[in-house]
Amino acid sequence: MSPQQPLPVNSIARAAPAAGAPRKAVALISGGLDSMLAAKVMLEQGIHVEGINFYTGFCVEGHTHAIRNHEHAKPKRNNALWTAEQLGIKLHIIEVIEEYKDVVINPKHGYGANLNPCLDCKGFMVRKAREWMEKNDFDFIITGEVLGQRPMSQRRDTMPVVARESGAFDRLLRPLCAKLLPETLPEREGWVDRSKLLDFNGRSRKPQMRLAAQYGFTDYAQPAGGCCFLTNEQYSHKLADLWSTRGTKQYELDDIMLLKVGRHLRPRPNFKMIVGRDEGENNFLEGYRKRFVHLHATSHEGPLVLIDGSANEDDLELAARLTARFGKGREAESVTLTVTDMQGNNREFKVVPMPANEIPPEWYL
Amino acid sequence: MSHFVLDARYLLCPMPVIRTQNRIAELAPGDTLEVHATDPGALHDIPAWCRVHGHEVVSVTNADKKISITLRVGGAA
Repeated sequence: MSPQQPLPVNSIARAAPAAGAPRKAVALISGGLDSMLAAKVMLEQGIHVEGINFYTGFCVEGHTHAIRNHEHAKPKRNNALWTAEQLGIKLHIIEVIEEYKDVVINPKHGYGANLNPCLDCKGFMVRKAREWMEKNDFDFIITGEVLGQRPMSQRRDTMPVVARESGAFDRLLRPLCAKLLPETLPEREGWVDRSKLLDFNGRSRKPQMRLAAQYGFTDYAQPAGGCCFLTNEQYSHKLADLWSTRGTKQYELDDIMLLKVGRHLRPRPNFKMIVGRDEGENNFLEGYRKRFVHLHATSHEGPLVLIDGSANEDDLELAARLTARFGKGREAESVTLTVTDMQGNNREFKVVPMPANEIPPEWYL
Repeated sequence: MSHFVLDARYLLCPMPVIRTQNRIAELAPGDTLEVHATDPGALHDIPAWCRVHGHEVVSVTNADKKISITLRVGGAA
């Protein structure tokens, strides 16, 4: 679609607000700079803005920082909430774990470089925002999208796909690049002044940084690699391993949470090991002990290790040698470990820790 | 004015704040909600969420990894 062609029209009829009452926009807020700026641009035009943020289970925000070393590090802020507070707007956090599975498992538009279904994901989130808008009597939706910026949902040919598949149509406004796109309903109706919207284009972050400085935003989040684990190569590799070994593309929340934690090794096709890397991760894995065969060294300090899959006697001995390798007894002649089955029965193993150079790199997921 | 208790223990952030938000949506202004949690992120997220929505944090306790946060629902719940 060329920028000159009008967008299809969203047919939802909305009553005009009471005299003097502002028009209302729901803003997708990720916690990053772009969505913060987009919301600010609207606030500057006198629009009433409230934020919406989705929890898919793959979000990098919050808990993963809390899991690792939470004894030492102060709990990390939730950037979406922080953004809302800076802007002085409400933020509604919506849990979409179940519904989101279909986006990850069956993306109509496929994946990006990793298991990131960015175009389907954006369509899904804007659709959820549209449903929220209709339910709460808001007028339009805004995002912090920038034409030509990564990911692939922000191309000139994919932006209309998001507008169409979400059902938002011309009630979807992208303030940071609106001048490069067809006019939307809020512009046409004069709710917002198109001449004061922006024309950001491409991957350079300089225009955003200039605008941030203009608004006096200094402490904004700059998430490296985005806010979603599915864009992470190693995480995607672990998810692909989970699907291929189970023979089905399904997951539960616990599965995807466990993929965020620990070192994952698959020494044999029939089982993998999840090895805690620090006290925070060991504490987190503790919560899963009853659902997995697990090991820990008793003669030396070391990690808690969960066994995912079925392990025979030889496999358990191998797992014990590897567990010993990741503990303080790695240089010892022998390490004593306890293996606990899912019924809570304990057995003792005494093993020689596996030398690092005997662990094939392909065991690491 | 009623007092309610929400068990958000063993949930990881942002789930405690989401459960708090959804529970508060069902309450009336002036009601109090006592949230129990174990994820330390709740100590930060729940008060932040209350600030942006205009609810009052009445008390916060954190002893022995057991977190309890009591909130009073604001006028614009």
